[in-house]
Amino acid sequence: MLDQILQFLLTGVTVGATYALVALGFAIIYNASDVVNFAQGEFVMLGAMSTIALSAGDQGLPLWLAAICAVLLVILVGMLLQRFAIAPARGASVVTTIIITIGASIFLRGVALLLWGKDIFGMPHFSGEEPIQIGEATILPQNIWVMGGAALLVLGVHYFFNHTLNGKSILACSCNRTAANLVGINVGMMMLIAYGLSALLGSLAGILVAPITFTSYDAGVMLGLKGFSAAILGGMGNPMGAVAGGLLLGLIESLAAGLISSGYKDAIGFVILLLVLFFRPSGIFGKASAERV
Amino acid sequence: MSYLRGFYLLLAVALLLPIAFPGSYYVTVVGVTAALNAILAVSLNLLMGYAGQISLGHAGFFGVGAYASAILTTRYGWNPWPAIVAGMAATGVIAFTLARPILRLKGHYLAMATLGMGIIINIVLVQAGSFTGGPDGLGGIPTLSLFGWRVNSDLRWYIVIVSVLLVVVWISLNIINSRSGRALRALHGSEVAAEMMGIDTGATKTQVFVLAALIASLAGSLFAYQQAFVSPDSFSFFFSIELVTMVVLGGMASTYGAILGAVILTFLPELLVVFEDYEVMIFGAILMLMMIFLPQGLFVGLQGLVRRVLRAKQGSERGAA
Repeated sequence: MLDQILQFLLTGVTVGATYALVALGFAIIYNASDVVNFAQGEFVMLGAMSTIALSAGDQGLPLWLAAICAVLLVILVGMLLQRFAIAPARGASVVTTIIITIGASIFLRGVALLLWGKDIFGMPHFSGEEPIQIGEATILPQNIWVMGGAALLVLGVHYFFNHTLNGKSILACSCNRTAANLVGINVGMMMLIAYGLSALLGSLAGILVAPITFTSYDAGVMLGLKGFSAAILGGMGNPMGAVAGGLLLGLIESLAAGLISSGYKDAIGFVILLLVLFFRPSGIFGKASAERV
Repeated sequence: MSYLRGFYLLLAVALLLPIAFPGSYYVTVVGVTAALNAILAVSLNLLMGYAGQISLGHAGFFGVGAYASAILTTRYGWNPWPAIVAGMAATGVIAFTLARPILRLKGHYLAMATLGMGIIINIVLVQAGSFTGGPDGLGGIPTLSLFGWRVNSDLRWYIVIVSVLLVVVWISLNIINSRSGRALRALHGSEVAAEMMGIDTGATKTQVFVLAALIASLAGSLFAYQQAFVSPDSFSFFFSIELVTMVVLGGMASTYGAILGAVILTFLPELLVVFEDYEVMIFGAILMLMMIFLPQGLFVGLQGLVRRVLRAKQGSERGAA
């Protein structure tokens, strides 16, 4: 029983690490521009799908080079999204921006459908498929790639926001756009960087996890939803809360699937999310906000 | 009554369409779907547009109504009419129980909670296979009949569903122009300020949430009888999003806007079919462009445009004189 639980925990952390990266992307964009980006899941899908497309066939690039090109491509998509869809609608209501990003996600899914069809694609594991024994539980080397990669990215984002000028400038924009502008911060540029960073996280999450989960043109939808749930669970706008929320959600789902029912695992995840919100309306690590009249 | 002027126009259009285009696929088939979507959009607009409470789980209530009718008539041999009422009662209980804790949340947290609620309902529909037929759905649902008049043709369904739509629109217009409608709008403006004015915001929000859910449940039952078949796909998270899009696209806080949004979003895929593989992409692009350039929605945006053009014309005439 205990070994089984260890196994569920390991799987949960892997899934949770992916959710954490998507949630972190949500939090960064939300902080920078007050937009909940429902196209976040599409970054994940595009990262994985374009890596596979670029490395396919005899003429294909080696996997690592394909991955780098794919990430750059998705960063470009993220910046274009900011420049041509979010920036022109500045000042629009929350719901309007939500619909714009939903439109963007449908558009990107449509492009993927056009390019790659409805097939499900796999990706080779980065370093073999020899399972590693941990006690009575086993994990694949790819699981370690996912967990390690996510940990590095989270640390990198933490460093970026706390110790670099650009990172601090983005934080300044999220506190007060006008004031940031007045002290000479190029707000437009910072927005582009924030969306690019968010796209980078999403696409890398997609590439890391694709060998385990496979991918298809609509793989981003569920991941986007889970990422949003994780960001809310942690407290919207709190990047490290989002990471914790992601891990927690992954663990809950994995334990629920293993111990209760795999069919209901998503439902159990959402029930727990609702219960958390009923008792803490601003998420676990979110600050309660006061309404200004 | 001046606020009912638009209603009479709607009534006239609804009457004339099947006469002007008899047997047209776009009136009696797509049109019926559009009318059903319009019922849902108008109910969601009460909650979102007027009370300012976003819901990304409206399709869940639609599903509860549809499945209640489907299960009671096919598995327990109920007459369709009491099944509708039972479905609405079940939906009402669910909505009433969830209203207080869910509507305490705000903004994105509210969006998330309603989204979760809708997804949970959908998962139950898929998983509780022995009752709901699971992912394959439930078929063989009987149709409605009223004093021997069986609703068994496209035209008859048009009559039934469009009549229900008209009643729902009439109810919606009356609520908005009543004391509770003003309370709703006040609480949209500012909850704290509304409370200061003596409005019980919790009770007001609960009432409108339950009302919207009841209407959605009714629409669900009608949908089940009209299709004679239900499957969980029709009540997924995507459909909730589509409903929100209808409301926002048409223009929030406008009953006719919600109808316009429903009509556009129902007809657009029909028209885009000619683009085949490009359909999904174009649909997404149109959605984005409309929201970027008319963030207040088509109905409100176009109204403003017409007003500006008229004013400019008046101005130039005055200038000439």
